[in-house]
Amino acid sequence: MSEQQKNSYPKPKLVPVPSTNIIPERDVDKRPILECRHLGIDFGGLTAVDDFNMAIGRTEIAGLIGPNGAGKTTVFNLLTKVYQPTRGTVMIDGRDTAGKTTIQVSHMGVARTFQNIRLFGNLTVEDNVKVGLHEYTKYSALSGILRLPSYWKKEREAHEKALELLSIFDMQDMANYQAGSLPYGAQRRLEIVRALATQPSLLLLDEPAAGMNPSETAELMNNIRKIRDTFQIAIMLIEHDMNLVMGVCEGICVLNFGRIIAKGTPDDIQANPAVIEAYLGKQKEA
Amino acid sequence: MKRIRLSKTNRINFATYGGVILAYAVLQFLNGGGMLSSTIRGQLVPICAYVTMALSLNLTVGVLGELSLGHAGFMSVGAFAGAVAAAALPITSDPLRLAASMVIAALAAAITGTLVGIPVLRLNGDYLAIVTLAFGQIIKSIVENLYIGIDDRGLHASFLENRIIFRDGGRMILNGAMGVNGIAKISSFTAGFVLVMLVLVVIFNLVDSRAGRAIMALRDNRIAAESVGIPVTKYKLMAFVISAAMAGAAGALFALGQNTITANKFDFNTSILILVFVVLGGQGNMWGSILAATFLTVLPETKAMRGLADYRMLVYAVVLILVMLATNNPTIQDFINTKFRKKKKKGGAVK
Amino acid sequence: MLIFLNHLINGISLGSVYAIIALGYTMVYGIAKMLNFAHGDVIMVGAYICFFSVSSFQLPPAVGVLLAVIACTALGIVIERLAYKPLRQATSLAVLITAIGVSYFLQNGAQLLWTSNIKMFPSFFSSEPIALFGGELKITIAAIVTVLACVVIMLGLTWFTGQTKMGKAMRACSEDKGAAQLMGINVNATISMTFAIGSALAAIAGVLFCSVYPTLTPTTGSMPGIKAFTAAVFGGIGSIPGALLGGVLLGIIEIFAGAYISTQMSNAIVFAVLIVVLLVRPTGLLGKQIREKV
Repeated sequence: MSEQQKNSYPKPKLVPVPSTNIIPERDVDKRPILECRHLGIDFGGLTAVDDFNMAIGRTEIAGLIGPNGAGKTTVFNLLTKVYQPTRGTVMIDGRDTAGKTTIQVSHMGVARTFQNIRLFGNLTVEDNVKVGLHEYTKYSALSGILRLPSYWKKEREAHEKALELLSIFDMQDMANYQAGSLPYGAQRRLEIVRALATQPSLLLLDEPAAGMNPSETAELMNNIRKIRDTFQIAIMLIEHDMNLVMGVCEGICVLNFGRIIAKGTPDDIQANPAVIEAYLGKQKEA
Repeated sequence: MKRIRLSKTNRINFATYGGVILAYAVLQFLNGGGMLSSTIRGQLVPICAYVTMALSLNLTVGVLGELSLGHAGFMSVGAFAGAVAAAALPITSDPLRLAASMVIAALAAAITGTLVGIPVLRLNGDYLAIVTLAFGQIIKSIVENLYIGIDDRGLHASFLENRIIFRDGGRMILNGAMGVNGIAKISSFTAGFVLVMLVLVVIFNLVDSRAGRAIMALRDNRIAAESVGIPVTKYKLMAFVISAAMAGAAGALFALGQNTITANKFDFNTSILILVFVVLGGQGNMWGSILAATFLTVLPETKAMRGLADYRMLVYAVVLILVMLATNNPTIQDFINTKFRKKKKKGGAVK
Repeated sequence: MLIFLNHLINGISLGSVYAIIALGYTMVYGIAKMLNFAHGDVIMVGAYICFFSVSSFQLPPAVGVLLAVIACTALGIVIERLAYKPLRQATSLAVLITAIGVSYFLQNGAQLLWTSNIKMFPSFFSSEPIALFGGELKITIAAIVTVLACVVIMLGLTWFTGQTKMGKAMRACSEDKGAAQLMGINVNATISMTFAIGSALAAIAGVLFCSVYPTLTPTTGSMPGIKAFTAAVFGGIGSIPGALLGGVLLGIIEIFAGAYISTQMSNAIVFAVLIVVLLVRPTGLLGKQIREKV
């Protein structure tokens, strides 16, 4: 990507609160969309994530990186309540999510994609997006069965909205394909579209670039920015592709063995000795 | 000017409606001309009942993706509720009395379906299958120990033993394990046809709507469905209860075409038989269910198959196993694809 | 009080049979993650083979039992190879339907071979019960043998899975088949072995069950099969002590429900207990929670 693009966003400012220290300047005075305090979970005796503190600004693109097995996906599962945390709190837009279910968290404005793609494989591409639009195309099952006017009206709206969302990734032409038969990259993109259909205020992307070639990754990077700019939402992504992370994220959080070892801007992270050690191992003293 | 595009699904749906209407017209014509053998004529109502059963179970198995091994239990509830209603309702017109009995049967089965579904649908997979099996057995045990009679004061019921004391003119309707005797045969082929058409409309319209998409989404991937905010339990229950209600109506149609029904008629074997219809016809494939249910109901009654009656269930079993192997084993599927479907394009790699 | 004790002993005896059958379900489920619906019908086949060995060929009961065990072991392996192995990667729905197909095949095959006429299973044990408390408490020899057999089998299996190489391979396969394969364990052979052991136990259970309930028909196996599965789920499927606990508890519940509540409703009560257990503790009494990887 060009140098100019990279600098078109303001540099994040370090805020002197431990859990909110990578919020970009434009979001600093607003309530963070996500705030985790001392979040942790144990599986049996094993502590998978511990003392996870992080806040994300309302329009921030944040990265969560770390070596394999560091607990990144577990953090996503905690945020979306696939797992209930053992300790700590998760606030979405200032509201506590304690005791909430995955479904309720989705209604609070959190949407996600999955590392191992989880599409509705037997449904068409368009229907996958329409399932995401479930909360916004409300009509009763009975009006669906009896084909009442509300059915036709809402279905037309859903159809138009679905095509509009698919056009983000130029996928309108695939609308009638079976989702499970799409190529790998298109499946990943469809998962993002489906998540966007729920009109989230926080989008969690779990390894969106996995299995993509460099040109697809570059395109994805632009699309991630485009999504943030169009919908004015926060995006948090887990990724191993450092070009993508360093290129698109404004704040980065590094996880190792379930604990945060570094937080900061891409430049800070690249220069951080603890991060280099986590990825490459400790340098032997000469 | 808007162009109306017919999707593949819509074409299949309309072909299914058309096929059922055509079959009805042809059979009615043949029947009117006296060209149907008495065995086939006797099978017309049961065929409609079993087709409805297969369609309704396909809603649970094919669309919702959960295996129910107690579907005959809902048919049983509907059959006995329908038989009691038909005996008790003071309606003189037979078609009206039949319709009212079927509605009552569907309601009774829907209520049972709700009572069963609320606890059961919290479970998944094999556990859910076993619990539906258990409920099927419980329903059978309850019906076998239920006594219902009628006299001029209304309906009387007792459980476990017959304690009903009638005033003069009273009579038993449901007599425990002896079942219901002397049923007025008010079911007709036309009523069966109407029921099948109604069930098809409900299933097709449900599947192609917001609720149907939600149901299929949680079939394909429950965790992803939850992550986009689909209330899983609500939609599971919805599919299950609609399926139960249809089975109840089918039960009433079936019962009111027989002289006698007992709880034994709706045991585990019947549940399996209906499952065989669904599996052979293809899970989620409605016209497949209709064909499978029709042929497997008629075939054993034809002269050619009479001699093989002993082998019938054995053949069913073998066919069931072979169909499962052929549709689920990757090696066999590749073989079929390369031999018979050379032109079929394979989808992209899926991790 | 003595009547209560009598019922309790009958319950434990019946429960021991359920426990032996439940072991077959639990071991197969633990390793192949499938519900072997045909397991109950293997019981019936075992009982028939023992019946014909003893009544038609006049062989001694011990030989009859041995023949039944051998035949069922072979049957179990053949079923696994032909019907279940090709479906290792298939959905659990597909496997379950196939298993139901196998169950139907066995029942109807038995009906063709041996007709649906009731066979009276011969009694191998003295019908004279041991009388205690001046004849008020009667314990049949069959009950004692059943409970003893159950205890011996349970101890044997615990030793087998805990100490032998094959047993350890089984436990490894049930944890993670891929990892087990990488460690050089022959997963297919291990699964076959599990089916073999489960089916051998089914043969023994068949003989014991028919010694108590001597009416033998092609559908004899299905009810105890379903109930034993219930017992396996009750105790926590995949757990060997769970199968014992579940089986014995279920046997006691069934006998007590029949004796004190209602004979006609005893089956319904057993199934109601299963439903309640699954709702309160979906993994059974001693089962492990399995998390779906997201």
